Amino acid sequence: MELRIEAVSHDYGETQVLRDISFSVAPGEIVCIIGPSGCGKSTLLRFIGGLERPDHGQVLIAGEPPADSLNPLTYIFQDFALLPWRTVEGNVSLVLEDHGIRGAQSRAIIADVLARTKLTDFARAWPRQLSGGMKQRVAIARALAVRPAVMLMDEPLSALDSQTRELLLDDLIDLWKRERFSAAYVTHNLAEAVRLGHRIMVLSRRPGRIRELVSIDIPLDERPDRIVELDKVQRRLWEAMRDEARAADMELSDAD
Amino acid sequence: MPTESRDTALHKENWREVPLQKTTRRAPDSGKGGSGKGDLRPVPFRGGGFTYTPRGLISPLVFIALIGLWELGSQTGFISPIALPAPSAAFGAFVDLVRTGTLWRHLEASLFRLIVGWTLGTAIGVAVGLAIALFSVMRAGLSPVVSALFPIPKIALLPLFIVWFGIGEGSKVATILFGAFFPTVIATYGGVDNVDRNLIRMGQSFGLSWLSIVRKIIIPGAMPAILSGFRISASIAIVLLVAAEMIGAQFGIGAYILMAGSLFAIEQLIAGVAMLSILGLTISWLIGRAERYFLTWRT
Ligand SMILES: Nc1ncnc2c1ncn2[C@@H]1O[C@H](COP(=O)(O)OP(=O)(O)OP(=O)(O)O)[C@@H](O)[C@H]1O
Ligand SMILES: [Mg+2]
Repeated sequence: MELRIEAVSHDYGETQVLRDISFSVAPGEIVCIIGPSGCGKSTLLRFIGGLERPDHGQVLIAGEPPADSLNPLTYIFQDFALLPWRTVEGNVSLVLEDHGIRGAQSRAIIADVLARTKLTDFARAWPRQLSGGMKQRVAIARALAVRPAVMLMDEPLSALDSQTRELLLDDLIDLWKRERFSAAYVTHNLAEAVRLGHRIMVLSRRPGRIRELVSIDIPLDERPDRIVELDKVQRRLWEAMRDEARAADMELSDAD
Repeated sequence: MPTESRDTALHKENWREVPLQKTTRRAPDSGKGGSGKGDLRPVPFRGGGFTYTPRGLISPLVFIALIGLWELGSQTGFISPIALPAPSAAFGAFVDLVRTGTLWRHLEASLFRLIVGWTLGTAIGVAVGLAIALFSVMRAGLSPVVSALFPIPKIALLPLFIVWFGIGEGSKVATILFGAFFPTVIATYGGVDNVDRNLIRMGQSFGLSWLSIVRKIIIPGAMPAILSGFRISASIAIVLLVAAEMIGAQFGIGAYILMAGSLFAIEQLIAGVAMLSILGLTISWLIGRAERYFLTWRT
């Protein structure tokens, strides 16, 4: 299944948010979206996931999602979005119940995804008892439970401290190696983008346009050993972003 | 340019060395505590207060002390029995009630009105509150009506309720029902409005049905607000119960208090009021249990 975003433009009232965004996410490909704050990254992701409709342009799905996928387009949120009144397993079971998966089948899926995210011992814990990194792993387990074709991640690691971020980034890469999911991954963090992205899309400041679309041909598992090359890409991305970020920063402080 | 960089390097070296020297020189001094600099004090603690620590014994002790003082004042004649009968006298009146069996008739009548009125009022209140919160048409249509009717003292409408629902149980139950209804509506839709929008978004993004989102995300999220609404509506219900029973009832705690008052049987009056107090405490305890059951996830 491939995602195609075609000429998406959007305004919120007077605020011009996105202009003429076109790109695609191929099967098994991770596209990282970076751009200055307020340029419309989250908005774009909401369009891709069908939570909002753009003023112009469209988001298309090419090909059938895998037959066993319960929720082909699945989000992972920055703030985890776990239900505080459900335990870890309850939070995972939430997304299965509506598909009529209950009882033994549900328990098997829950046990499997919790094992894959190293959460087996915490199945009965309440979200308030978990650290930030564990909460995000629960959110990842929940996403895995519906076997997504495309993961939509909006700064999934931004609320975490840097060590936890490193660990979870490794987890994500391991996961990708096993599952080969495709993803649209929004981040502020260039280092994250070059570690995880097959392609990296740099947006300009608001209204967000595509400033650059960079492919990185190094396989994900070789990247930790080829830091020098990655560093070059990262520097190039930063060059592209810096002026935009600075201008966006001035814009925001003017507005206040 | 090169000299500059060498300068900064030098500075850095100095800067690094100074604290090192200081610490090595001062360390033995501070042990002796001489020269006035060595008086060590703990940092003053300023973080106390403003937190809730359970003190299980205090509340019963306060009750016992108050009643004990009151009994003492009555026994010594400091409190005149005409002004305020002794707690033991009130307890005697209560024992009389139990012995003659009238207690059960009063209690039965009151509890029936309270339970039926409050249960219906809160059930309809939660339903209407949810409807207002979930449907824009309902919100636009009903929330001004609720705001207009909420402040009316329901007891003022009792004559009207008597015309509508009859002089018997109907009018009394209706008074309590309406009294419990409005605060519940407001607590419920306020609670729903405060449910984290991101959680609802999450539910939508996983393709949950509308009903699932309401049942599994919105109602549990609004539960704390709904339960604290229950506390308020239960107190209002007790006040209205007594008021309605005072206006026209043969049995009920309110009727008993009214009768005692008109006969100047003040110890009976006190016994009746104490029963109301105990009723209030019991309800508050029950709601506390409900909170603990429904809100285990909140710590
Ligand atoms: N529902 C909305 N109604 C009106 N304006 C909105 C809405 N959502 C977002 N905006 C505006 O659209 C612009 C883009 O917002 P968006 O959240 O997509 O940016 P972002 O790139 O994700 O920013 P950040 O990096 O801070 O997360 C912002 O100026 C924001 O104020
Ligand atoms: Mg955002």
